[in-house]
Amino acid sequence: MTLAVVADRNDAGTAEVKGLRAELAARGKSRTVKVVAADAPAAVPGRGGGARLGEWMRALMQASLPPLAGLALLIGLWHLATMNGGGIPTPGKTWDAAVAIFADPFYRAGPNDQGIGWNVLASLQRVAIGFGIAALVGIPAGFLLGRFAVLSRMMNPIISLLRPVSPLAWLPIGLLVFQRADPAATWTIFICSIWPMILNTAQGVTRVPQDYLNVARVLNLSEWKVFTKILFPAVLPYMLTGIRLSIGTAWLVIVAAEMLTGGVGIGFWVWDEWNNLKVEHIIIAIFVIGIVGLILEQALMLVARRFNYESR
Amino acid sequence: MKKIVQIENVGQVFNTKNGPFTALRDITLDIHEGESISLIGHSGCGKSTLLNLIAGLTRPSSGVMLCDGREIAGPGPERAVVFQNHSLLPWLTCYDNVYLAVDRVFGAKEGKAKLKQRTQDALALVGLSHAETKFPHEISGGMKQRVGIARALSMEPRILLMDEPFGALDALTRATLQDELVKILAATKATMVMVTHDVDEAVLLSDRVVMLTNGPAAMIGEILDVKLERPRDRLALAELPEFAHCRAAVLDFLYKKQLKRAA
Repeated sequence: MTLAVVADRNDAGTAEVKGLRAELAARGKSRTVKVVAADAPAAVPGRGGGARLGEWMRALMQASLPPLAGLALLIGLWHLATMNGGGIPTPGKTWDAAVAIFADPFYRAGPNDQGIGWNVLASLQRVAIGFGIAALVGIPAGFLLGRFAVLSRMMNPIISLLRPVSPLAWLPIGLLVFQRADPAATWTIFICSIWPMILNTAQGVTRVPQDYLNVARVLNLSEWKVFTKILFPAVLPYMLTGIRLSIGTAWLVIVAAEMLTGGVGIGFWVWDEWNNLKVEHIIIAIFVIGIVGLILEQALMLVARRFNYESR
Repeated sequence: MKKIVQIENVGQVFNTKNGPFTALRDITLDIHEGESISLIGHSGCGKSTLLNLIAGLTRPSSGVMLCDGREIAGPGPERAVVFQNHSLLPWLTCYDNVYLAVDRVFGAKEGKAKLKQRTQDALALVGLSHAETKFPHEISGGMKQRVGIARALSMEPRILLMDEPFGALDALTRATLQDELVKILAATKATMVMVTHDVDEAVLLSDRVVMLTNGPAAMIGEILDVKLERPRDRLALAELPEFAHCRAAVLDFLYKKQLKRAA
């Protein structure tokens, strides 16, 4: 296609001089050139394939160069800041430690000394359980709040009051009720991830286009059909936004909760390494937490795009 | 001819922030079986309000509305509606959009094969058999509107209510769909009430053109009988004096008697 673009430009240049008729002719010519360019790989496999590969490489470079430059800048600054000693390890030292850690992420040497893989999985499990229960409660609650204005008016002050509270403030309540650290951490995740799901689902329900509801009324659909064929698909994108926000918050909170509750988990691991004064491990943990959060977010974005009907 | 819809002294008042707003008053109209009626008037005159009343989407503030001698208490499958913006569900294919209506009306008494047949027939009627598996976002505006018409027709309604069905389409597509609608109406002998603001469309498609005065408190200003032979041909019509006469009568009403001062 590079060929075609160049040809187009050349033709446009001539056309400006020769006037409208010439421009039309030039357009025709450029079209022919395009066809030739498109056919080229088939006719001359070696040359055409090479050109295509080159173009693909260039697209890849354009997409990946700026992020890589950003990353290089971060590491460069980090190196500059730490090269004269101090408490924070240099990027090189951290890298060496990371290689050592990831050489065996799944070892077990006692309840408080396990590989980073186990710690991440333990945290993810807590998030999954707390978040799962929150979804089971929050999404139906959101539907009810969206459908019945009275309920919404009743619950809104309570939600507005409780939502800004840091989830960690709920931790003692969880410890008191469950008497154990692990369910208390799960409870904290539950509390922090339920609000976005309730609010977004409720908002989705109130925003179902009147047109669709009119269709339901004209067709006289049963309540069940209204729910499965109209309400649920219409609310789904909003629901997924709620889920995405919830997962993000849950992953933020789990680290803090685990620092307080102990046991196995990436948050506890960070605290443990701080007590061992292995600062390079803390930095590795920060990267791991960031990458896991990024993966969760991107995965849900992918799901959300699948169910977004408006923009398609 | 049998009266299928009777509207007697109907008025519609909406409660707005600025107090009650009278949209319609003293509307009296009989719609006969097999008849095509156009409701025409300037925008905001309450054409759609009247159509929604017949559809049962809203209830009148005063007066009586009967369909088949029974009061219109809500929407029903014997009164199918084609919406202006097609209102197809974006997460269902064209087939499933139509099937939703078919299943609702005939699902209780017919088998799956028959329902499938009905759905396919309805899509074939509007010439969209090839687009069964497509989603609404994959087809053009004219095609979407045709699916909307297929959905309405698939219910085998006694009366087809259309709210500016071709308003959002370009002129060429509109003409094609109008011609198709004429054929479909002739084939199914359905009764039709159509809201429009297109004078040619009103004269071409209807037996009677009901002209509404300007709102607020709109009422029926005039009713024009269109005495043109069916089947009507778009090209031949243009030559006929009767067509010119009907067109002039509607235009005269809209632009002389009911000329909007502000708008």
